[in-house]
Amino acid sequence: MANGKKGEVRYLNPPTLVVNKKKYCRFKKAGIKYVDYKDPEFLKKFLNEQGKILPRRITGTSLKFQRKVATAIKRARSLALLPYVTDLLK
Amino acid sequence: MLKQYETVFIATPVLSDAQMKEAVQKYTDLIRSNGGEIVHEEDWGLKQLAYPIQHKTSGFYYLIEFRAEPDFVNTLEVQYKRDERIIRFLTVALDKDAIAYAERRREMRSKPKAAPVSKKVKEDIDDDLELPDEYDVEPIDDNKED
Repeated sequence: MANGKKGEVRYLNPPTLVVNKKKYCRFKKAGIKYVDYKDPEFLKKFLNEQGKILPRRITGTSLKFQRKVATAIKRARSLALLPYVTDLLK
Repeated sequence: MLKQYETVFIATPVLSDAQMKEAVQKYTDLIRSNGGEIVHEEDWGLKQLAYPIQHKTSGFYYLIEFRAEPDFVNTLEVQYKRDERIIRFLTVALDKDAIAYAERRREMRSKPKAAPVSKKVKEDIDDDLELPDEYDVEPIDDNKED
């Protein structure tokens, strides 16, 4: 309502009918306690195409495990199991 | 008190099998002679590096799990640094969850026939995460009404 006109609500996009599924922490759900740095294929799920670590708001990982994932990724990078910078990782 | 550690090193790809064995022997002997004990060893073989290190694109990976005094880690890493065959190394202390994980991993690796069970569990987990292929940032509706 930028012009201050009152009235019916108009949608430019059709309102989303699908309710967003709640995100959850896959580590808590699966009962994983240790994130292994030796498994680059698994850690790739937490990276974007440039090899950057995805934020929690996208993966839904809990803070506790996000920290562990980050550490594991950084260890894997230092061992050249994962690249520091890249393009088209996936 | 002994603490459990895990060390991975990458040796240059120019080494022959015998030279590689010799290098591994050197470090296992070093651990044993300093009052440590080897828990597990794993040879990952020649692997492609994710990025070049010292102009090399591949290297021999070797993993040693061991128990030793905390002071020993420094000695070990000094030896790594002095060794020209070693192009990269990483030593981490294992906590109780990590030790439990390492044991399970060892079991899985020792009998690959039994692996499908645990692998399936893993796949289930993998399927769970629903990552949008291109996740777009939260829509900003500021200009929509203009």
